[in-house]
Amino acid sequence: MELSVQDREYMCSGHVGCPGCGAAIAMRFVLKALGEKTMMIVPACCWSIIAGPYPQSTLKVPVLHTAFETGGAVASGVRAALDIKGDRETTVVTWAGDGGTFDIGFQALSGAVERNEDFIYVCYDNEAYMNTGVQRSSSTPYGAWTTTTPGQEWKKLRKKNIVEALVAHRIPYAATASIAFPEDLVRKVKKAKAVKGSRFLHIYASCPTGWRMPSELAVKIARMAVQTNIFPLYEVENGVRYTINYMPKGYLVREYFKLQGRFKHLSEADLEQIQQMVNEDWELLLRKAGVSPGAAGPVTKID
Amino acid sequence: MKKVVEGSHAVSEAVRLCRVQVISAYPITPQTHIVELLSEFCSDGSLNAKFLRVESEHSAMAALIGAASAGVRTFTATSSQGLALMHELLHWASGARLPIVMAEVNRALAPGWNIWTDQTDSLAQRDTGWIQLYCEDAQEALDTTIQAFRLAETVFLPVMVVLDAFFLSHTYEPVDIPDQADVDRFLPPFKPAFSLDTAHPAAFNQLSPPNVYMEMRRDLQDAMEAAPEVLEHIEGQFQSLFGRRYGALEAVQCDDAEIILVTSGTITSTCRLLVEKLRAQGEKVGLLKMRLFRPFPYEMLKRRVLRARKLAVVDRNFSFGACGIFAQEIRAALCNEPKRPLVFGYVAGLGGRDVTTDILEEIYWTTKTTAHPESESVWVGLQQPAPAA
Repeated sequence: MELSVQDREYMCSGHVGCPGCGAAIAMRFVLKALGEKTMMIVPACCWSIIAGPYPQSTLKVPVLHTAFETGGAVASGVRAALDIKGDRETTVVTWAGDGGTFDIGFQALSGAVERNEDFIYVCYDNEAYMNTGVQRSSSTPYGAWTTTTPGQEWKKLRKKNIVEALVAHRIPYAATASIAFPEDLVRKVKKAKAVKGSRFLHIYASCPTGWRMPSELAVKIARMAVQTNIFPLYEVENGVRYTINYMPKGYLVREYFKLQGRFKHLSEADLEQIQQMVNEDWELLLRKAGVSPGAAGPVTKID
Repeated sequence: MKKVVEGSHAVSEAVRLCRVQVISAYPITPQTHIVELLSEFCSDGSLNAKFLRVESEHSAMAALIGAASAGVRTFTATSSQGLALMHELLHWASGARLPIVMAEVNRALAPGWNIWTDQTDSLAQRDTGWIQLYCEDAQEALDTTIQAFRLAETVFLPVMVVLDAFFLSHTYEPVDIPDQADVDRFLPPFKPAFSLDTAHPAAFNQLSPPNVYMEMRRDLQDAMEAAPEVLEHIEGQFQSLFGRRYGALEAVQCDDAEIILVTSGTITSTCRLLVEKLRAQGEKVGLLKMRLFRPFPYEMLKRRVLRARKLAVVDRNFSFGACGIFAQEIRAALCNEPKRPLVFGYVAGLGGRDVTTDILEEIYWTTKTTAHPESESVWVGLQQPAPAA
């Protein structure tokens, strides 16, 4: 039987991620899809630690650790060097967190994508600066507690829509993916690998430590994020062609919120407001994909 | 072949001769002429390199860190604000032991906006682990760039080739452009000690706890300490191929000098004229040109200056709250010598103000007629009263 996700591992056990780390699960599946001809550029993020201290390495591919804000630029340089050496086979991947992507690394990412550098940029999104102890980022969602949005100062601003920002660059391929949908994730990584130019994958990577929830909920919460339309699964080709990969089952966002300590301060009214925001964003996405609400449309069903 | 070229273009010619493989750059005056010509070389095919037109100097250096980690020869050029923006990554390049070569055109830092020459930009980067070589003229800028690659790739440290804005970068001079075959003999293809390789996967620049970090830093310092001798060896080979040699320092009439003027960059050329004039008047004056600033050539400096009575150090730079930076370093280098010259520090020519022979002569006579330095730095040529705001 041919497995849709290969059983070969490029990530060793013994990494130093927290229990239930979504970023570790994401890396494991992405590398299964990419294989050994891959170079990982890792700007400062949880993975700077998860990959292990000198002289150990969790990964069986070359890893270049680099400064926080340089993911797009360092990958451009590695790609240029491989090109001039005649290596067209190796895939260059930047592997960054949401802070390194949405915030401090956004300029270098935007520059690289404007130049249409031939690389895959993966943002594993745990919705805050988790490695430094749960500070808010521009990826932190509306309603969330973090150590820099404590008490009544919980974040009252929307999460930046990073995929749309990349789509505005007319990036050849952008997609969202989730650790709870590994086959969809692996398919998108393989698809991205085959595209030339800049490719962006936004992977939802739950963080039990920072989200204040039990580690065994890591995958469940990731699945619920998709099912509630909080994190829709979709792809955009050449900045125009949208495909929604999963149609929701109409779950309410409060089911997702009530499992996480970071949202425990929210009132029913707050949850209702958040539900409206999620509905709005979803309808906007449907319009972009040319799908009328309630219709089947060009949708790949995955369950 | 002799050609009349702009100082910036002498650097570009050197980079082409060195067969650089990846160039990454962002525009800033007065550096732009260097990379403009390089992008033409890439465009007309006379240089087979990838040219990355990045969105900032920060990304220019980051891209080279990536490229050099993948094992190719790399180059960029910058100035002033651009260099300051790179600061974090300058540490990264040296800590990762990447032999990146960068031309740094000295320009004053804002505010107010000032595009003219001033060494504070490069000297503010003295603790970043980069070798720094200061050039006097266009020929030296070309030759130093070629030597810089060889030096960088021998000791595995990045090298900054520093040249004055306009006085050097935009001045046309006759320059001997070496033959490609000779440069190829001098500079073999880059062979990295380690590089990103999917056949031999490894982690680079990873988490380095207290049990290993300090040894890594010591390794870097060992490479720095080896650099002066390596440079001397490299210059020997360079001289046999091209007939030119500069040294880490150049001492002009220092052997019997009672007062030695210490300079760097283009002020040196002006100072050469002054020394000739004063010698003709019977003054026992010498000139010491500082070419290598990092690593600081402690022993070489001592050999040259310990017999003198006084040093007059001319700094076109300033460390606020302290003094001119060359003077500061020279004082530190000499402080444990039982018999040492008095060090007089002078600050002149900030923000591109001209440093004429008259100014240098004033510095000389002040030094000669003052028994003991009255302050850490004397500012020369200040307008009194200051221009109205």
